[in-house]
Amino acid sequence: MEKRVFFRNWWLPYALVAPQIIVTLVFFIWPAYQALEMSFFIEDAFGFSRNFVGFENFIRLFSDPGYLRSFWTTLVFGLAVTFLSMSMALALAVAANRVVRSATTYRTFLIWPYAVAPALAGVLWFFMMNPSLGIVAYMLESIWGYDWNHYINGNQALMMVIIAAAWKQISYNFLFFLAGLQSVPKSMIEAAAIDGASPTRRFWTIVFPLLSPTTFFLLVVNLVYAFFDTFAIIHATTSGGPADATSILVYRVYSTGFVGQDYGSSAAQSVVLMALVIGLTFVQFRYIERRVQY
Amino acid sequence: MVENRPWLGVVTHATLILGVAFLCFPVWMALVASTHPGEALSRSPIPLWFGDQGWENYAQLLTEGSPAVGGVALSTMLWNSFIMAIGITVGKIAISLISAYAIVYFRFPFRMLFFWLIFITLMLPVEVRILPTYDVVASLGMLNSYSGLIIPLIASATATFLFRQFFLTIPDELVEAARIDRAGPIRFFWDILLPLSKTNIAALFIILFIYGWNQYLWPFLITTDQDLYTIVMGIQRMVNVGEGLPIWHLTMGTAILAMVPPVIVVLAMQRLFVKGLVESEK
Repeated sequence: MEKRVFFRNWWLPYALVAPQIIVTLVFFIWPAYQALEMSFFIEDAFGFSRNFVGFENFIRLFSDPGYLRSFWTTLVFGLAVTFLSMSMALALAVAANRVVRSATTYRTFLIWPYAVAPALAGVLWFFMMNPSLGIVAYMLESIWGYDWNHYINGNQALMMVIIAAAWKQISYNFLFFLAGLQSVPKSMIEAAAIDGASPTRRFWTIVFPLLSPTTFFLLVVNLVYAFFDTFAIIHATTSGGPADATSILVYRVYSTGFVGQDYGSSAAQSVVLMALVIGLTFVQFRYIERRVQY
Repeated sequence: MVENRPWLGVVTHATLILGVAFLCFPVWMALVASTHPGEALSRSPIPLWFGDQGWENYAQLLTEGSPAVGGVALSTMLWNSFIMAIGITVGKIAISLISAYAIVYFRFPFRMLFFWLIFITLMLPVEVRILPTYDVVASLGMLNSYSGLIIPLIASATATFLFRQFFLTIPDELVEAARIDRAGPIRFFWDILLPLSKTNIAALFIILFIYGWNQYLWPFLITTDQDLYTIVMGIQRMVNVGEGLPIWHLTMGTAILAMVPPVIVVLAMQRLFVKGLVESEK
């Protein structure tokens, strides 16, 4: 869509876009280009010289079992966070859409965690699950005799960051599901009810299919969130450990570059991640063009 | 409600109450922990009800800070967070407004190129270009400064698109009328476009303020000077204390202080917040 009427001025539009374009070029495009370039070089430890090595950084990366494991960890983490937070949010949205009394109160109590920083969500659950005094660890121990120690057990550490990441994202999904549910035509539901369809059946055959655009949109957004925005959760709590069990890809880029000082490998990892974001963004925009419909 | 099924009502309320409990419980625990003296939190089970040290703990945090972060008062960190959040928010809104204005209301060479350049930023979150961005900021001498905390984050494709969408819905007649009255482009922007955009700006302000306040990786990378720590990033120093144990009552107090400002913004401006969230993602 374009405007039919516009202003004429040979310098003003450039002055107006200049701040945004300068920031974009200096802090986005140039560093991204640098990462791309660096991924084809190996630098010596002191940064005095560097050699062009072609795809060697990438080959090294994909033959590194640690990196491949990070891929798996990221996948498990991303899918678990997305599934957990979306299913809980959907259940809550369906419930909130039904209640008449105190609907606003419920909504208020359900949306505030959106404002909590991922890092803080991580810290809160880190405290709750602390093996020696966390309340969750205590209850697991005293009720089921289950020994919780995420400092030692990698799976438990992964579970902890999954719960923290999902917890923080529920509000967001809830709001979008609620908006989606409110746009489902009441007449359809009523017609189905007159035909004798039970509430469960109405949900799965009418409401859920009509929600598919929202669900698909949230699926992509949640995956992007889990893959990229959860760096803070990992960094503030487990630091990727124990033994790399929670080292998701974004955390690894950081630890390889800043802690391990392996710039070539870190750059190659950046390039892999960029490809991932570009892919996800592409999927998201394709979908906006042609919504998923039944 | 299509039909009357009492048990369904019970299930509905039970689901909601469980959900609220799940979301609120961690914060409850943090709030309770922050009102106890340190010794109360040294063994399990920890107290589930408030202690009497609340004022002392918060007063200590705000004036002296936690010993884990060498005596930086939390009031300093809160102030830094505030400056960063406001800077990012105002910066993003300002440069997005004017660039969207240029792209919608002018025809000029390279217009679409600029549009795509802005679009690309969506695909390059800080997390994927950490090292080279750090190098750029370091070589510009912006480490350990407010400008380093703010400026690299103020490009915004989302805000630009939102304003572009909104400008496109404004009737062309307004421009024509302004032109007949001999108002130039700058006058039109100030006197007509800006007042019309007020609600959109306010809604976006909330979303961006939360975004800015909750930044973690960026302040962590570029501030080594403790006096520039933001609170969301500073808490990490209290949690990762190496071999020792975190000072839990102070750490949880910090977590509460760090989440209060953005949560208040969301709760106080719920309607605008929902509008901003839903629209900026379209």
